[in-house]
Amino acid sequence: MSFIRIAFLAALAPSLAQSADAEILLTIKEHRFDPAEVRVPANQKVKLLVQNLDATAEEFESHALNREKVIPGNSKATLYIGPLSPGRYSFFGEFHEQTAKGTVIAE
Amino acid sequence: MLGSAIIVFREALEAALIIGIIAAATRGIAGRGRWLTAGLLAGIVGSLGVAALTERIAQLAEGTGQELFNASVLGMAVAMLAWHNIWMSRNGAQMAREAKGVGLAVRSGDKTLFALFLVVGLAVLREGSETVLFLYGMLAGSESGVGPVLSGGALGLVAGALAGLALYAGFLRIPPKWFFSATSVLILLLAAAMAGQMARFLVQADLVPSLLSPAWDSSAVLANESPFGVLLHVLAGYDARPIGMQVVFYLAAFLLILAGMAWARRPISRNL
Repeated sequence: MSFIRIAFLAALAPSLAQSADAEILLTIKEHRFDPAEVRVPANQKVKLLVQNLDATAEEFESHALNREKVIPGNSKATLYIGPLSPGRYSFFGEFHEQTAKGTVIAE
Repeated sequence: MLGSAIIVFREALEAALIIGIIAAATRGIAGRGRWLTAGLLAGIVGSLGVAALTERIAQLAEGTGQELFNASVLGMAVAMLAWHNIWMSRNGAQMAREAKGVGLAVRSGDKTLFALFLVVGLAVLREGSETVLFLYGMLAGSESGVGPVLSGGALGLVAGALAGLALYAGFLRIPPKWFFSATSVLILLLAAAMAGQMARFLVQADLVPSLLSPAWDSSAVLANESPFGVLLHVLAGYDARPIGMQVVFYLAAFLLILAGMAWARRPISRNL
């Protein structure tokens, strides 16, 4: 029984590893994104975890990525981007556009 | 002050334009003023509630609760707009013909006012809750005083409302004999646009595949953030870099509602 299960999992493992989404952490602190340049693999879906360390909300927005999402203060949110062709995609924090700027670099 | 004025304007604009379309589409229907005002007020009260619950909503579904919430709100609005248009194509055209003009097409149109009350409320709810969060952050951040933030916000709100009013005034200039068809088309496009938006949130939460991201890029011709781009975005769901699934949802909603309207207009043979 357990042997069959192990064999089954072993057979499944490579395909699981392949389909797992790349996960990238982006933090917001003092109305700035860190890192300001986010490198992601091209041509595959990417899970972006945005952690807002500020007490106030921020809106992650990107015309190039076609995404918008409010991240409440002191919390973490998930959004998926891509699959992207290689290139640069700018994003910004709509509530603090002066300082909150960044770029996703798909390569 | 200018900062908060601009952001509140951007959030208010979309809701104001939607209200402008709905107000034009319900022209001549008795009691619409009351229903639309009620929708606006319900939306404002709802915004405060949603803003207060944002953190809890955000944490649902492994951090994608906001997308689910937005997609549900948009889905409901699409259903209401579809119902309005299908109902009106059965009864409204006849009403308009009998009354020789839209101005008198009163009475039974109020059946769909509840649907439009919901659309107005949901539009205000979506944009309003973001505005509340932004203003709250500005006030809590105490980067500037309370006065400038609030007066900037008020300025932005008034500017947004004026844009909605201007759109409404523009629609009223449409000649009466085309008015009914024109507003049907507007509502149809608005519903398709909202369906496309809904797909965007579902893709963002990874509930449906993106298919193509983007399906095309026309940002060099007409950017989303340009004034005409914003207007076309609200009116017809224009997006310079749409996701493939967004196009699918847009077309599906457009065709389904159109089919529903054609079905409702079919000649009724027996009985009634």
